Amino acid sequence: MSMFLAAAETASTPFPHLLTLLVLVPAVGSAVVALISKQRPDVCRQAAFLFSATAGALAVYLLWNFDVADGGFQFVESTTWVRDFGIGWRLGVDGISLFLVVLSGLLFPFVILAITPEHDPKPYYAWLLLLQAGSLGVFVALDLFAFFVFFEIVLVPMYFLIGSWGHGNRTYAAMKFFLFTMFGSALMLVGILALVATAADAIGAGATFDIRELAQADLATNTARLIFCAFALAFAVKVPIFPLHTWLPDAHTEAPTAGSVILAGIMLKLGTYGFVRFGLYLFPEASRWAAPVFLTLGVVGILYGAVVATMQRDLKRLVAYSSVAHLGFIVLGTFAMNSQGVTGGIMQMVNHGLSTGALFLLVGMIYERRHTREIAELNGLQRSAPIMAAVFTVVMLSSIGLPGLNGFVGEFLILNGTFIANRWYAVIAAVGVILAALYLLWAYQRVFHGTPRSVENESFADLRLREGLAVGALLVPIVVLGVYPKPMIERIEPSVAVLLEHIEARTGVAPAEGPTAERSTVEELFGAGHGDDASHGANAGKVDK
Amino acid sequence: MLDLVWLIPAFPLFGFAVLVLFGRKLGDPAAGWLATLMVGGSFAAAIAVFVGLLGLDGEERFAVRTLFEWIPVGNFSVDVGVLIDPLSMTMVLFVTGIATLIHLYAIGYMAGDEKFSKFFIYLNLFVFSMLMLVLGDNLLLTFLGWEGVGACSYLLISFWFGDEANASAGKKAFVTNRIGDFGFMIAAFLTFATIGSIRYVDVLAKAPTMAAVTATAVTLLLLVGACGKSAQLPLYVWLPDAMAGPTPVSALIHAATMVTAGVYLLTRMNPVIAAAYDWAPTTIAWVGGITALFAATIAVAQNDIKKVLAYSTVSQLGYLFLAVGLGGYVPAIFHMITHAFFKALLFLAAGSVIHGMHHEQDMRRFGGLARLLPITAGTFIIGWLAIAGVPPFSGFWSKDEILAYAWQENKALWVIGLLTALLTAFYMSRQVFLTFFGRYRFGDPSVEELNAAWDTRIAVAEGAGIDAAAAIATAETALDEAVAAVGVAEEAVTAARADADAAAAAAAAVDEASVEAARSAVASAEDKDAKKAAEKALKELEKPAKDAEKALSAVAKAEGAVEAVRARVADAEAVVVEARRAAEAAAAAADDVRHAAESGRPRSTAVPLLEAPDASGVEDFLPHEVAHRRAYHPHESPWTMTLPLVLLSGGAIVAGGLNLPFAKSLHILEHWLEPALFGHETYLELSGTAKIALAAVAVAVGLVGIGSAAAVYLRGRGDRAAIEQPILADAWRVDRSFAWFMGGPGRRSFDLAARFDRTVVDGAVNGVATLVRTASSGLRVAQTGYVRTYALGIALGTVALLVLFLSRAAF
Repeated sequence: MSMFLAAAETASTPFPHLLTLLVLVPAVGSAVVALISKQRPDVCRQAAFLFSATAGALAVYLLWNFDVADGGFQFVESTTWVRDFGIGWRLGVDGISLFLVVLSGLLFPFVILAITPEHDPKPYYAWLLLLQAGSLGVFVALDLFAFFVFFEIVLVPMYFLIGSWGHGNRTYAAMKFFLFTMFGSALMLVGILALVATAADAIGAGATFDIRELAQADLATNTARLIFCAFALAFAVKVPIFPLHTWLPDAHTEAPTAGSVILAGIMLKLGTYGFVRFGLYLFPEASRWAAPVFLTLGVVGILYGAVVATMQRDLKRLVAYSSVAHLGFIVLGTFAMNSQGVTGGIMQMVNHGLSTGALFLLVGMIYERRHTREIAELNGLQRSAPIMAAVFTVVMLSSIGLPGLNGFVGEFLILNGTFIANRWYAVIAAVGVILAALYLLWAYQRVFHGTPRSVENESFADLRLREGLAVGALLVPIVVLGVYPKPMIERIEPSVAVLLEHIEARTGVAPAEGPTAERSTVEELFGAGHGDDASHGANAGKVDK
Repeated sequence: MLDLVWLIPAFPLFGFAVLVLFGRKLGDPAAGWLATLMVGGSFAAAIAVFVGLLGLDGEERFAVRTLFEWIPVGNFSVDVGVLIDPLSMTMVLFVTGIATLIHLYAIGYMAGDEKFSKFFIYLNLFVFSMLMLVLGDNLLLTFLGWEGVGACSYLLISFWFGDEANASAGKKAFVTNRIGDFGFMIAAFLTFATIGSIRYVDVLAKAPTMAAVTATAVTLLLLVGACGKSAQLPLYVWLPDAMAGPTPVSALIHAATMVTAGVYLLTRMNPVIAAAYDWAPTTIAWVGGITALFAATIAVAQNDIKKVLAYSTVSQLGYLFLAVGLGGYVPAIFHMITHAFFKALLFLAAGSVIHGMHHEQDMRRFGGLARLLPITAGTFIIGWLAIAGVPPFSGFWSKDEILAYAWQENKALWVIGLLTALLTAFYMSRQVFLTFFGRYRFGDPSVEELNAAWDTRIAVAEGAGIDAAAAIATAETALDEAVAAVGVAEEAVTAARADADAAAAAAAAVDEASVEAARSAVASAEDKDAKKAAEKALKELEKPAKDAEKALSAVAKAEGAVEAVRARVADAEAVVVEARRAAEAAAAAADDVRHAAESGRPRSTAVPLLEAPDASGVEDFLPHEVAHRRAYHPHESPWTMTLPLVLLSGGAIVAGGLNLPFAKSLHILEHWLEPALFGHETYLELSGTAKIALAAVAVAVGLVGIGSAAAVYLRGRGDRAAIEQPILADAWRVDRSFAWFMGGPGRRSFDLAARFDRTVVDGAVNGVATLVRTASSGLRVAQTGYVRTYALGIALGTVALLVLFLSRAAF
């Protein structure tokens, strides 16, 4: 095992310690910004952008050098950290985490460029950079201890971002967010320790926090299921899965725009990523055992989130509830446990980050102009802001899952994968596709259509250049990933295949992938025996079936 | 030649991209010309591919060209690729051909609109999506086009978004279509789960191996999708509302092209339908038949020129489903093509009428326009004859073929089809007669306007009564004043008489003797002084007599004054009487006006058609709008609009030639489509005589429809109100019920869920928090209670741990 790892390390490390650097750059940046004088907000901002963009550049470099064909972990680093406990500084990426790393790398410099805080820029940027470091760390950690540390670290900056830079009810929202997540984390910590302890007995080679080794440990079925539950609860809060979702609308609504964008773009993915990386990978049997529960909760989340979103009066809350629905799709795909479902789920993590992030950005711009998010206060904005309306329309259609835009590809794969694995879940979940059109179009109609009924709405300013560039930057991947998702799929799918093989090997149950068809040719088409009953009319000769 | 196929969607996509970037700069009309040119280029490319296809024979006319792999995951894979076959090329040819003409028309129709270039952005995107729909080589790419045209339809219906009704119509179209799309998606899932592919080549090749139950499920799910897009029961409700969009959109999207997508999809998947239980296609046929008849009954009672055409479209699409369900794919496609010509023509001509009539859409306000809009009228009449099934116009041939299929396969559906044909001929004739024939009614005051005029006139008459009452009051005041003056004068007389009596008494007290003595004393006075004194004494003696005389004359004067004042009273009384009489007259006049109003007001809400509404008595009181309309001169549309009309009417006349029933060799469309139907087409096996008899029946029914419409709407025979039932005008209350449900129980249940989330789910969370807070109040003293302190503690703790571990790490 270790031989294999060593070989893998040398083979796939064109840039030594790339992942360590990726995590350290924003972390160091955070410290640097904290040392800059409070009187120099511009310097803070420039430094913050520099560090986060450097991390972004490293993430892009990572993407560029990622080996498409390799489904295993790449850029692996493994250094003993606390030998006695088997804790190591173990990092690596595979197709499952790659795009989340890239998203974390790029979304932060983008947010820093696009949004300026209303007050106290210095701590704001310092927290943002710490958040980036933590997010990147979560997605590259191959060691449970490191993972837990990063998983907890991100909590702190987000707590302060909501609590200090948020809107009206920010203290309540921040506290709720913090307590909810802490509650989950506490259970997960117990789970981690229980896993390491029982696995140490199972492996017999001392304790280890290395997930690649833990994944091979043979645990007693019930033990594994119990530990899985501890993990799952933590992730379920983070996703969030119904009925643990109520912190989300509050956190989203009260958070500053940057907080909402990052919450939607990255933080919610910690949970869904956790399910794939640690749930499915470490506890294949328990995941399969619990799948009906999560499929059900996923479907409930899709419908429930959509229905509740429809009736929201606050535009930001509406988008927040739409997240509950979208994340339901991701949960559904993950627990379909086949290549289409899981791949679709991972794609949807990125797609949701892009389209919902863009929606939060746009809602933030509306709030900045009108100082209200009440849908009833807004009307006829398309008249004075046609460009913003056009951009909003494209983002909305992406969120609705219009084919040709990014949202559709993931949603289709999830539903198709789920249909193969368990068709009724997919059938009911597909109703959510209808509801998505209902709540978003209705909101759009109320906010943008009609004639402006107040002076503020009449003199509503259209997108400024900087804002246009910011949203435009999100529109590019929204369109490209919808038209040509293949490069993304190619990188995700091999790792999903490895994961599914692992699950199959551990549980002895093959993933439900549906029939494989040889490609028919046109010649076969005409030789397919259609002509047999030609002269007897369309429906002749079917009775025997 | 076949490789040119990429140019077909590339042209409108390029046009879309250019217009997004430079549309505003190009402006009106350059942006429109560019868009038209692009779709024209697409049509030219389609012809080139078509010619290429003609050069091949039979099964070679079925080719796939792949551009790139779109979504490859595991064993699932779809490409961005096109399927070139007779079916897709037929669709492409009529879509691009008609779209070019409608683009040209729109240059004229949309001229002057502030969002001119945006309109063409959407239009080009629509054409691109429609082409992807019909050309896609797999279900998913068709779905891309399917949703794409739906999104464009949404954008174009709510194009004039300032009006809430338009915005709502757009949303309704999208959401209703999504219900259909749900069926499409599940059909795609089920197809993949069964066959392992959703590429058409694979699906069509393996369809015969499908279990009948699966094939039936796929068929019915596709039917759900098709019902949404092609506006069939019960998902048709969005199409009549979609008329809120600009008329070129109604013609292109909501009549000729997009709404045929459902029929295309069912035709494309014909081997799957063939593999299903028999009742599955029968269901399709019945959905179509019932929709056809249902929508036709509604069209009879509509007054909006576009609403009639909208329900007519729903009805005609029903014919297509009827045909498909009976296995008559060729007549379905045949009628789809002829319908695309004549319905696009009818919509565009209707748009030309609306354009020429100052955006009026109520047919009751038209009439006699044949003289004023000759080209529009002429082309509309061609469209009418085509849809009414009058030979030799195109609609006759295609509809007759569908009815012949119905006769052969299912007599009940034949009766329904025939009834629909009767109603079609009737409502279309009604439309033509109301719009182009009869009396020019644009200057007619409407019922509301007449009532308003009567209201004005009554108000004026009542105003005169009020004035008269005021005059009475004034006169009575004057009378009162005069009477008071008489009193004053009489008092003055009494006073004067008293004075006179006193003076007379004083005069009587002076005796005559002393006066005589005084006179003689004057006469006898010698010196001047004595005379003076004597004269003075005499004067004094004579004074009372003189005073008495004076007093008497004062009395006479006072009495004269009394007379004068009495005369004034008389005058005032006369004025009062006169005023009372005038008031009575005014009241009587007002009564008369009210009476006149009772008989003169329009008696029913039905608009009189044959003779002008009776405006006698209120001519001068009509609202200004009437005068404006009377002064308005309808104008024929510019050439950019009339040229497409003329070209489309050419198509509406000759398109029947595509599939003439006379000889096998004349079944051009049938032979052409053969490779795409894999022998699943049902063929007519009726004898020549039977066909002729059926055609005669169909023509007779059409003529009855036209004749009865002429009797009612040109001659005024029969009761119009009996035909135009309110429940038909209200579309059988379907939309009203849907709206009631959505606004009532639907909304309430959604609200309930939202409240459940706030109170129960979140309430539980907050409840636990409260519980913990209460329980731990004892521990509070020891803790700061600030979460930020804890957060900071965790951050510091983490850092401390990191430092600890880093120091122990063995690098």
